[in-house]
Amino acid sequence: MELVRTEKLALRFGGVVVADDIDFSLHEGERLAVIGANGAGKTTFINICTGFLKPQSGKVFFTGQEITALSPRHIVRLGLGRSFQLPQLFLEHTVRQCLELAAIGRSGSLSFFSPLAASVDQKEVDHTLDVTGLRDRAGELASSLGEGERKLLDVAMALVLKPKLLIMDEPTSGVASEEKHGIMETLMAALAERKVTSWFVEHDVDVVTRHATRVAAWIAGRIAADGKPSEVFADPEVQRQVLGTH
Amino acid sequence: MLVRALTVVGASACLVLGLLFPWIKTPVIIGLCYGLAALGVAILMRAGQVSFGHAMYACIAGYTVAFLARAFPTLDGLILIVAGVVTSLASAALIGLFVVRYREIFFGMLNLALSMVLFSVLGKFYEVTGGTDGLRVDRSTIAGFAFDRAGYETALLVVTLVAAVGLGWSVQRFFGSAAGETLAGIKTNETRLEYLGLSARRILWNGYVLSGGLVGLSGALFALLQGLVTPELGYWVRSGEFVFIAILGGAAHALGAFIGAAVFQVIQLFGAAFFAGVWKLLLGATLIAVILVAPSGITGLLPLTRRSKGPGKLELQTAAGRA
Repeated sequence: MELVRTEKLALRFGGVVVADDIDFSLHEGERLAVIGANGAGKTTFINICTGFLKPQSGKVFFTGQEITALSPRHIVRLGLGRSFQLPQLFLEHTVRQCLELAAIGRSGSLSFFSPLAASVDQKEVDHTLDVTGLRDRAGELASSLGEGERKLLDVAMALVLKPKLLIMDEPTSGVASEEKHGIMETLMAALAERKVTSWFVEHDVDVVTRHATRVAAWIAGRIAADGKPSEVFADPEVQRQVLGTH
Repeated sequence: MLVRALTVVGASACLVLGLLFPWIKTPVIIGLCYGLAALGVAILMRAGQVSFGHAMYACIAGYTVAFLARAFPTLDGLILIVAGVVTSLASAALIGLFVVRYREIFFGMLNLALSMVLFSVLGKFYEVTGGTDGLRVDRSTIAGFAFDRAGYETALLVVTLVAAVGLGWSVQRFFGSAAGETLAGIKTNETRLEYLGLSARRILWNGYVLSGGLVGLSGALFALLQGLVTPELGYWVRSGEFVFIAILGGAAHALGAFIGAAVFQVIQLFGAAFFAGVWKLLLGATLIAVILVAPSGITGLLPLTRRSKGPGKLELQTAAGRA
């Protein structure tokens, strides 16, 4: 089943082309890694697909429905979740409360009187804490977490929404290299357990090789190569402009 | 436990002092009215928004009471209060649709601008509003009973105290509810709320309406107590006082608004009596001291909620930078 499709998606910031007539599709069950140099347009493309930015031309579809003009919250409700390069947390809430707020987002019911904890399914919250390894930190304020844990919580909040597709923007950036693989193992296991299709932006070739079934290389606002990891990494243009090995 | 103890001690002190020293009833009622209004402002502060024009809702409710009391002299005081609150809620619901589109300084100044428009309109339309002289509100019955001046004040004290305790408790429940916690989420990460499928505007609108209703209640009670409403009830200085009290008490707990109001009233009362020329200096010095010693307000110093152990200033600034 096709989850995401874009048609001739274009956006320029002044003279800089950040999305150059992009035709793209993503199917259920894929684990897509997006690679590319800084400024290639990877995050901008995510921002367009999730409603944060509007393209100057072109269309975006999610599960066959056009979402080009929809706001982020409407797109999220359709089942497209995302996490952020800089984790977007509620820093004055505890880890558990962050997940409870996410669960409120899923149910959409805003009680004015019963406590937050009583308004959500605690089994779901506990399960998410378990699969993301955050159970021990559940009572801590989100602001007290280290960068790796913040990344996990950022993804965990999106997971509580039970998305069909989860887009993760650099889930291991800013994390010590020895932590990277652990975080990705945890995240991928959590996604696999819930059968969530994933799309992540990543710079580390080892991480991409280990976890992606498909790679798309972004260069100057366009997809320069798209296919199996081995094929994309063998592409001369990708080697020259993305990997810097040629 | 501490909250219950403070509530019982505070409410008992209001009643006992009011009965033992009749002259103190009026300042106590005024203090409770300020507390209710500051509670409304504190709701918005939970979302990181400060309104410098919320006294307009006290004014709207006050004039509603005055107009109704003049048109229907036999109307009971409780009905007048309800009418005042309903009008302020309706006004906040309407105005809120517009102002919740803005944040921070724009939110604060827009509220201020609207309150000053109301202030000017009330001052200019003398035939209808009584201009700057305002409108008199004759003493009404309370719950069907007609009282002399002393009894009327006692009845108002009881009504105000019951409202303050009941609404203080309810607002604290609201703070811990899904709607209240998402409102607090606006302060730290509005973007994330949207990416959880929630409408930050809708959440803020809910808080804004609630806040307008609370300030309206204070205005309706004020009108009945003073027996007079003037445009001054909605002047920006009054809005500033509500903000002052909310900051003084802190928005971490509903109790903060009433603690702040008590401190404000004590300084105002005794400052005006013993330091007539410099009592506002005392107010300013108190606020500076609170900001320096307890940036979360007086309640931030008390072990009332988990938020008293909130993140440090540096971490919040870093987070703001990220967002």
